Amino acid sequence: MGQTEIKLGGFGGQGIILAGYIIGKAAALYDKKNATLTQSYGPESRGGACSAKLIVSDEEIDYPEVLYPNVLIVMSKEAYLKFSPALIENGSLLYDDDMVENNIEIDKSVRAYAIPATRMAEDLGKKIVANIIMLGFFAAIMAVVTKRSLEEAIKTSIPKGSEELNLMAFQKGFEYGRKLVKLQSDVKS
Amino acid sequence: MSHDPAIRTGEHFLNGDEACAEGALACGCRFFAGYPITPATEIAETMSRRLPEVGGVYIQMEDELASMNAILGASSAGVKAMTSTSGPGFSLMMENIGLGIMMEIPCVVVNIQRGGPSTGLPTMVGQQDMMQARWGSHGDYEMIALCPWSPQEMFDFAIRAFNLSEKYRIPVLIMADEVVGHMTEKVVIPPKEEIIRLYRKKPQVPSNEYIMYETNGSLVPPMANAGDGYKVITTGLTHNEQGYPDMTAEAHEKLITRLCNKILLNKADIVEVEERELSDAEVVVVAYGSPARSAVLAIKKAREQGIKAGLLRLRTVWPFPEAEILKLAKQAKTIIVPEINKGQIVREIERCAKGNCEVILISKLALIHTPDEILEVIKNRRL
Amino acid sequence: MNHNEVHPMDRLIRADRMPHIWCPGCGLGTNFTCFLEALNQSGLDPDKNVIVSGIGCTGRVPGYTNIDSYHTTHGRAIPFATGLKLANPELTVTVFSGDGDLFAIGGNHFIHAARRNIDLKIICVNNFNYGMTGGQFGCTTPLGAKTTTSPYGNYEHPFNLVQMAAASGAVYVARWTSLHVRRLTNSIKETFAKKGFTFIEIISPCPVSFGRRNKLGEGLDEMKYYQENSVIKHGIDPNEADLNLNGKIIVGKFIDIDKPTFLDNQPKLQTPD
Repeated sequence: MGQTEIKLGGFGGQGIILAGYIIGKAAALYDKKNATLTQSYGPESRGGACSAKLIVSDEEIDYPEVLYPNVLIVMSKEAYLKFSPALIENGSLLYDDDMVENNIEIDKSVRAYAIPATRMAEDLGKKIVANIIMLGFFAAIMAVVTKRSLEEAIKTSIPKGSEELNLMAFQKGFEYGRKLVKLQSDVKS
Repeated sequence: MSHDPAIRTGEHFLNGDEACAEGALACGCRFFAGYPITPATEIAETMSRRLPEVGGVYIQMEDELASMNAILGASSAGVKAMTSTSGPGFSLMMENIGLGIMMEIPCVVVNIQRGGPSTGLPTMVGQQDMMQARWGSHGDYEMIALCPWSPQEMFDFAIRAFNLSEKYRIPVLIMADEVVGHMTEKVVIPPKEEIIRLYRKKPQVPSNEYIMYETNGSLVPPMANAGDGYKVITTGLTHNEQGYPDMTAEAHEKLITRLCNKILLNKADIVEVEERELSDAEVVVVAYGSPARSAVLAIKKAREQGIKAGLLRLRTVWPFPEAEILKLAKQAKTIIVPEINKGQIVREIERCAKGNCEVILISKLALIHTPDEILEVIKNRRL
Repeated sequence: MNHNEVHPMDRLIRADRMPHIWCPGCGLGTNFTCFLEALNQSGLDPDKNVIVSGIGCTGRVPGYTNIDSYHTTHGRAIPFATGLKLANPELTVTVFSGDGDLFAIGGNHFIHAARRNIDLKIICVNNFNYGMTGGQFGCTTPLGAKTTTSPYGNYEHPFNLVQMAAASGAVYVARWTSLHVRRLTNSIKETFAKKGFTFIEIISPCPVSFGRRNKLGEGLDEMKYYQENSVIKHGIDPNEADLNLNGKIIVGKFIDIDKPTFLDNQPKLQTPD
């Protein structure tokens, strides 16, 4: 039906909502699709559980909530435990395996893709770009929005002067995703 | 075409609160007084950043009583002014919304509704202030309240709210809800030339001939601003055409009747509804704000199942679209009203339907209805 | 008598609204005249002067003043005036209201407008009670004073208004009585010329409501009392200017300082279009 329903979860301060905003902006302004972003707010803006819900569609979007996402992007164990039961069968799970823990039992009916985004961000010297690494990873794995549009959306959504770092982080995530996809298709063939 | 920093022509990805602020700026709002409150804070934040860029004034007041009065004062000096709030602050504004009605001062009040009463649910959605919007200030009056369902409409309705307020000299309410305020979507800001920007009618007579509230039959008197030299005299007391306090039944009858009639007799200009799939509809969802979005999907699914379902969306809730509802009640067998409250606008619909059809409320609190919840009621109706 | 004779104040009052509503012996007529005289002498353009009030006997002053006048709701004159001033900085905006209006129901607005140093001229007529509703105690009523709601004597501590104004950040603070017409007029003129949040308290008789119940006599007796008991102490700490029912009345100019106003300090990124 040309509609992708994405849920992003983590804890406050990880830039979860910004990540959702960037995908939505890429879709709505640069890919000329429709996008609706909603978010759940807690009273504390740091540390508490936080999530963003994004619908990307070729059609007009009416009901704005995401009840059963087909893509789940999580950056904390709490978010994984809370949101993964709603992920639809054959849905895609993208997660930071350091944050969610390595040895979780992933439901066989979902397509799971893991990336140590936070550790990679630490290697870049800026833990706060883990969300942008996650976006690069998302761009490599999912064909919801184009890579080019995501890069545009990043450039127009982050503080001036941090473009180089963020685009580098995005590229790292993207390359990691590409390798992973190639590896998985090699295993299959 | 000159560049106007107040009008960010182009496509943006904005939440409803931000879009509302941009709409106000695009319509010429240059004064904002407010007090931070979830989920309306982003409007104040946007205004605090943007107003200094366009030569306007942002002031964060000590409370919502002050905010409401500050915008009335600013508008009295001729500057388009706005405040924004949510439930608790809206309650505090009530008395002075009445002052704005009585003195006939144009301004815009935005309520991003959350759950109540009292502190209630600051971060979750509500439509529980709809009757307060109509009746919350004491006394008799008519009100204008608009209900947007998207960030684009937050932008568009901010402009419309200012235009209606300037045209009819009345505080206009934007009764949005948390879902719409916090939802982010594409917002298209048109070029300046395409934006209609009305300004209050000014007196055409010399100052010594000016009579404060003389209408000359038009229902809406011209408005002199402070500093224009017209020696404004105005009061929250019942007053005569000169603006002088007049403590008589005759003066009260005359004033209140005109204040009501200037809205009621202009309903054709003020009331806006959106119709979807109504021509043959037997069951109609009447909705406003975010639940109307769920209703769109619900009637689509109902149609797929062979049910003749339609939607009437109230873009204006006050003054109430009475004639539109009566017409619909005569055509349809059932009207279904999803509201994020215990049943407020449904009472108006029952009143206007005059027993011509069944009216069913779907009450939900703190969350918007899912399309399936509305669909279930469409399918299980008795008639 | 020549009926075409025009009183020098006629251009500043709305003569067609006379007679006014104030009781015999009330100080408001005198206080109002001092304001008009100050406006007259100031040389300011009346068309750029605005007067705002809340509710109460003093709140009726704007309705008799032939300049732009706004009679707002109870307690809200200051925020309304704030909007007027910030929207059009050319205007000189005076708030003329009573002690109950400005300091009880509207007290929060007073301290915040003073803190922000909004360029407003505040004139508070303090008659120690709610006169218009028939004489109830308020936030300025002296300890022990009798009113219709303090029949056994007021047992709440009152505000010292000049202290409050100074502590909140007012750049000009003075107190006079209705008797001090020349000094009061000069003081109002000074505030017209001064930029920032200024405050003048006028101690004023309310013989019908307050005076009668506290055996203060007629209006004239109260004026005599002011004459005998007022002590001018310019420049003293307003903390030391407490008032009580039968004590001395310390008057004078207590504060006169300069600091940037709200409008001076606000960011200037662009000139208005």
